[in-house]
Amino acid sequence: MIRAAAGFALLACATLAGAAEIRPSRDYLSPELRAQQDDPSRHPGWLWVEEGEALWRRGARSCASCHGDIAGMRGVSARYPTVAADGALLNLEGRIERCRTEHQGEAAFGYESEPLLSLTAAIAQRSRGLPVSVATDGPAAAFLEEGRRLFGMRQGQLNLSCGQCHDDNAGRRLRGDVISNGLPTGYPAYRLEWNTLGSLHRRLRACSLGVRAEQFPLGSPEYLALELLLAARANGQPVEAPGLRR
Amino acid sequence: MTARGVVLLALLLAAAPAAGQVASFAVTGDAIAAPLEGRVGNAARGAAVVRNRETANCLICHSIPDATERFMGEVGPPLAGVGARLTPGQIRLRLVDPTLLNPAAAMPAYHRVDGLANVDPRWRGRPVLSAQEIEDVVAYLATLGD
Repeated sequence: MIRAAAGFALLACATLAGAAEIRPSRDYLSPELRAQQDDPSRHPGWLWVEEGEALWRRGARSCASCHGDIAGMRGVSARYPTVAADGALLNLEGRIERCRTEHQGEAAFGYESEPLLSLTAAIAQRSRGLPVSVATDGPAAAFLEEGRRLFGMRQGQLNLSCGQCHDDNAGRRLRGDVISNGLPTGYPAYRLEWNTLGSLHRRLRACSLGVRAEQFPLGSPEYLALELLLAARANGQPVEAPGLRR
Repeated sequence: MTARGVVLLALLLAAAPAAGQVASFAVTGDAIAAPLEGRVGNAARGAAVVRNRETANCLICHSIPDATERFMGEVGPPLAGVGARLTPGQIRLRLVDPTLLNPAAAMPAYHRVDGLANVDPRWRGRPVLSAQEIEDVVAYLATLGD
């Protein structure tokens, strides 16, 4: 009987269906995709990592001229989004753009531009495997609450909340795809559907479109608040960026 | 506001969806017994609506007994035998608006426009399926007996 119960528990773990607990996104990937995500030689996202590392060193006022070797970025992306001294909620993209305009005297790259994606991927990759550890208290608390409201709100013509899929039905199949817990840990990610690397906000726009809800702009306050909530849900889970997704 | 004003407003609110693209209906128990707008459903057309990824996209969440269909979802219950489990009226209610039965239902309301938040401007004021399409899907699902 004990053996049968243990067998059942194993089975329940293996199928993941209706799991109340949050599981790493990699657990929801097919074994093939998971292996490919782990292998830089078979992962197209590494092209952006390499380009980002070159950008890190480029120019007189390069990122490296202040920050030193990019290896020093270890652990940084695991703490984003975070609230800046002026009270703004910044994700990693926002932080890079601020460095560009405030410290490097350059024009912002623009959301979803190749250089911004590359730098984001290169910096995030330095936190690969480290646990997400975003602050949720202090000045972050109000943003987190807004993110929680958006996550739980039924939206769009299809009247679905984020949680109805990513909490209540994680592990079940939506057509050929297994629904994950919707963690942001793999972003920026190379998505096969896009055939390129893209940001978390681009992915969120696809979710909005899927439920026929209004799509917010990349970098919008709505998606930033949602990103913080998603990161808070991922606290303790390993960074997977650059991820590989279907 | 005067009583007359309230009545007028209520009439306007009641008329607004009808003037749009949503049929009025009466709920009896857990069913909408009467076909929407008295329309006659066509099972063959309904089978196409169920498979259409651009409209109802039922198979993103449900499976149907059809070995040629690949990659059917498993979020909702399998639809095999639904015609034996539920009457056409019960199926109709669940298609029009499952939240009338269970407010927490994850299944979208396929013939409703009110009380939805943050709808894409391209779909605002429009139901997912027309009254005729609802009747076609009811007719198709009713054929999925034991």
